[in-house]
Amino acid sequence: MLVSLNWLRNYVDLGTNPPEELAEKITKSGIEVDGIEYIAEKSTGVVVGHVDVCEKHPNADKLNLCQVDTGEEKLQIICGAPNIAEGQKVAVAKPGAVLPGDFKIKKVKLRGIESNGMICSLQELGIDEKYVPKDTAEGIFVFPDDVTIGDNVADLLNLNDAVLEFDLTPNRADALSMLGVAYETAAILDEAIEFPDETVRTENEAAADYIAVNVEAPDLNPYYGAFVIKDIKIKPSPLWMRNYLMAAGIRPINNVVDITNYVLIEYGQPLHAFDYECFASDKIVVRRAKNGEKMITLDDQERTLSEKNLVITNGKEPVALAGVMGGANTEVHEGTTTVLLEAAIFDAVSVRKTVKETGLRSESSTRFEKGVDPNRVHKAGLRACHLLQQYADGKVLAGTVSFDELDRSEKTVEMETAEINKRLGTSIASEEIAQILRKLRFEFEQDKTNFIVHVPTRRGDITIFEDMLEEVARIYGYDHLPYTLPVGSSQSGGLTEQQQLKRDIEAYLQGAGLMETITYSLTKDDLVRKLVSPELSDQTLVPVQLSMPMSEDHKYLRLSILPELLQSLTYNQKRNQYDLAYYELGSIFISDEDTLTKQPTEQRRLAGALTGNWLEHPWQQEKKAVDFYLVKGIVEGLFAHVQIPVTFEQAKLPDMHPGRGATIKIADKVVGFMGQIHPQLQKIMDLKETYVFDINMEQVFAAYSNVPSYHEVPKYPSIARDIAFILAKDVVAGDVKATIEQSGAPLVKDVKIFDLYQGDNLPEGKKSVAYSLLYQHPEKTLTDEEIEASYQEIIETINKAFNAYVRS
Amino acid sequence: MKEQLSALETEALEKIAQVEDTKALQEIRVAYLGKKGSLTAILRGMGKLSKEERPVVGEMANHVRESITAALDEKGEKLEWIALEKQLETEAIDVSLPGRPVKVGGPHLLTSIIEEIEDLFIGMGYEVREGPEVETDYFNFEALNLPKNHPARDMQDTFYITNELLMRTHTSPVQARTMRANDGSKPVKMICPGKVYRRDSDDATHSHQFTQIEGLYVDKNVRMSDLKGTLDAFAKKMFGKDREIRLRPSFFPFTEPSVEMDISCKVCQGKGCSVCKQTGWIEILGGGMVHPKVLSMAGYDPEVYTGFAFGMGPDRIAMLKYGVNDIRQFYTNDARFLKQYHQV
Repeated sequence: MLVSLNWLRNYVDLGTNPPEELAEKITKSGIEVDGIEYIAEKSTGVVVGHVDVCEKHPNADKLNLCQVDTGEEKLQIICGAPNIAEGQKVAVAKPGAVLPGDFKIKKVKLRGIESNGMICSLQELGIDEKYVPKDTAEGIFVFPDDVTIGDNVADLLNLNDAVLEFDLTPNRADALSMLGVAYETAAILDEAIEFPDETVRTENEAAADYIAVNVEAPDLNPYYGAFVIKDIKIKPSPLWMRNYLMAAGIRPINNVVDITNYVLIEYGQPLHAFDYECFASDKIVVRRAKNGEKMITLDDQERTLSEKNLVITNGKEPVALAGVMGGANTEVHEGTTTVLLEAAIFDAVSVRKTVKETGLRSESSTRFEKGVDPNRVHKAGLRACHLLQQYADGKVLAGTVSFDELDRSEKTVEMETAEINKRLGTSIASEEIAQILRKLRFEFEQDKTNFIVHVPTRRGDITIFEDMLEEVARIYGYDHLPYTLPVGSSQSGGLTEQQQLKRDIEAYLQGAGLMETITYSLTKDDLVRKLVSPELSDQTLVPVQLSMPMSEDHKYLRLSILPELLQSLTYNQKRNQYDLAYYELGSIFISDEDTLTKQPTEQRRLAGALTGNWLEHPWQQEKKAVDFYLVKGIVEGLFAHVQIPVTFEQAKLPDMHPGRGATIKIADKVVGFMGQIHPQLQKIMDLKETYVFDINMEQVFAAYSNVPSYHEVPKYPSIARDIAFILAKDVVAGDVKATIEQSGAPLVKDVKIFDLYQGDNLPEGKKSVAYSLLYQHPEKTLTDEEIEASYQEIIETINKAFNAYVRS
Repeated sequence: MKEQLSALETEALEKIAQVEDTKALQEIRVAYLGKKGSLTAILRGMGKLSKEERPVVGEMANHVRESITAALDEKGEKLEWIALEKQLETEAIDVSLPGRPVKVGGPHLLTSIIEEIEDLFIGMGYEVREGPEVETDYFNFEALNLPKNHPARDMQDTFYITNELLMRTHTSPVQARTMRANDGSKPVKMICPGKVYRRDSDDATHSHQFTQIEGLYVDKNVRMSDLKGTLDAFAKKMFGKDREIRLRPSFFPFTEPSVEMDISCKVCQGKGCSVCKQTGWIEILGGGMVHPKVLSMAGYDPEVYTGFAFGMGPDRIAMLKYGVNDIRQFYTNDARFLKQYHQV
């Protein structure tokens, strides 16, 4: 809603409040003023002049040489506008004048002849082209005859007006009218309201002789009022009205259309004017459209209708899409003499549906959708008749022909001073509450601290006590509410064990060198089934799909975090950033339903993706590319950090390098996977060698125990023994380690692999793996003999199990 | 002999004072104190002295030996120190060369902000609650006083999956779920952070996915002034003590009365600039008193229980606090962007 302050001054005395201060007051009382627009930048020295003489420029075809009377002086001005003519009253920028854009007017010579000023178009005076009436868009602006020569043009054209741009919340439909804004500002400034003139002199002839109203769908059209106005003369509307309409963002057209638009903005009640001759019938029938019925709307578009749409018809065919847009066939035109004026109320939901279907959102439909005041519809019709009489020479026929099943009753809300104060935390006196209600112009009955408020129908948003509470609070001023802290039952608050664990895990990952990322949960067709964790891929998985996605890139809910995470790597690599270590903790969405009937299972997962060199600038360290074991170390460290035993098992997984993939298990249950992504996928995604991990966090949460079990710190010394075995290349080093642990128990407390060698000095097809064994007894110091016995036993066992021998 | 000893001492101490290296010092030690040294030679002549003289000269000789030894030791230490210093000087390194880098990651800026807000409210006794990102129409809208065809649903363009299931458009359904889980009898004091989705085209100021964090407090006798006090305490901690806040009336279907909170613009100190659209204020948060319909739908008697709720967007807060000018930066994960905020 654009609110011209000059227009608003017709109803409320705004005093000397600068626009910025007024905007601040309105904002603080509940209607956000989004901006203040000045109609035009300041211009000075522009006055009304009379074109006494207008001749062709002797040296230029397209220029005219004018003698212009500006009252004080007569100026010779050269003008290039095609519509300039003798006898016109025009806007003259005299030498020394300044136009918007700091454009200074000077005396100049054009094609050898002196020009002392400039005759201006509306655009040159700073009015936005889109509001300039079409007939003057190509040339200068011509004033009506009744303006006085020498008068200030800025005042005449309302160029000094400031326009407040309201960002209205859906509940404040009442402020979609100048009258509604007048109520609001009057309440804020505690001022009186001057109401518009609705008086009409009616003819003897009755409107009912011209038209009948028949509403066949009263559920969608509870009120329809028709006025008939004869002897209309179509001409431009008065200058002040055109100015106000332009300020409100509406392009002036002619007096009849301008008056319906003016009342629409003034009262918030949409009106429609039909040309009575074109209407070609003596009855209005309001009904649901027939399926497939067609009509051409004012914008010259043919619309195919359905029974969801409400139409105004002349008994035969639709002449308007009710509350949305009129029809082309009954449009008011230059030759119109009799006007059939509609002042009606249409059902909000029905208008809303028609708007959604046709995309025709207009000033009218917006107001119907949000609800208009049932007590203002007839008054708006009268106001329009008053203006048509005055500015279109119209003769208003007696009576309003109407269909009326309208509920005009007011809601009542009871409230009590103590309850208001208890809810707000204030101590407002009853008299102050009464004063607030008077400012709002709400009628009420008061019995000491009890109030019964009769909420005016213009405020359809107020129905319950809490709504009134807000009214009282906002006029009282949110600024005046005290600051308190809750005094109710206290609780300790805090994170749950899982939330704390999540933070701990993230701290570990970040400390380990990984950067947290957040990617989109919605992904695209060719990625959604990529890199799904193996424990999920053996069940039926149907990606959840949006019914109306905004783009193909974000259409499916992810089944894995990795595809979008990998896209982040690609994004970076395209920008020459190759060394990346990323992780994300987020949900995936699991469902097996083709058509979703229940919410999908949301499973939290932790995914990581690493590529390039571990350190960007290693400096005095080895330049090391990210590889399987680096990533495995990070994952192992993670599980060690949360004290959950975990194992890795070689696995051939989809989208993964067949020789460099592993499942991750907690107690024999697969909870995720890791490894290098398949080189083919790397190629498709335009990535260099990339390693990933993906872990089901729900399983980690389930396996986690907050309190680590206590192990006594050993009292007796430990003894380390190293041993290297020559193994066949295909023997899994981890299996050997497990066997050592079994065989060495209980004396061997820990086994670590510390070296791998495959190269010269070894027989073909062999490798050497070195293990470090830690011997320890809880109750004594082990002797060399005890250790040696165990050591020999291990060698023998490994020899038998793996055909391995000790490397000397 | 006394004179001899005295002269020897003087001579020795002089030589020790002049010597510059440990080898020469060692030679002096041998020359005076060694088996063939001068002091030894003099002492050998002691036999020729009388009984009376012997102890006197002996004492004097001991004194001379001690004096020379002490001077030798002192000089030795000094020379050693000088030698060490010389040695260490050759070991000097260029400290301007870089240290050996350690790989350190860091949190996403939005996570930092969410955790900061979580911690502020945890300090005020709030719990942290989470909820599903795919929601039912009921919990996302209806339970929040947004029935089907309500015009306020236009405020949020929704990604529907079916007629009844959708991507949550706000974290408010977590409020509805938490209240319902409390059987309409226990107080609720919680905040709920999370991802939300809107049917928007991505551009510098719009993202189809972003984050929200909301708070809810329901109890007997919760007042609107409690909301004001709570938000003021939060804003002062989050944005700084010098920032002014103001509340102004607004509209949300799930609260009545409703508020929006502005903080004074940090860029222009409230004078008006392009960041605050010349108003001096920046909108940061919405909230209000929980609508009685929302309370009763969740099983609370609105005659007995009242409450307040509020919600804000960490993306917006991050953009304002750190001057990020494109919301897409949060989701494209450009390493150069992510790294900037690891110390936040």
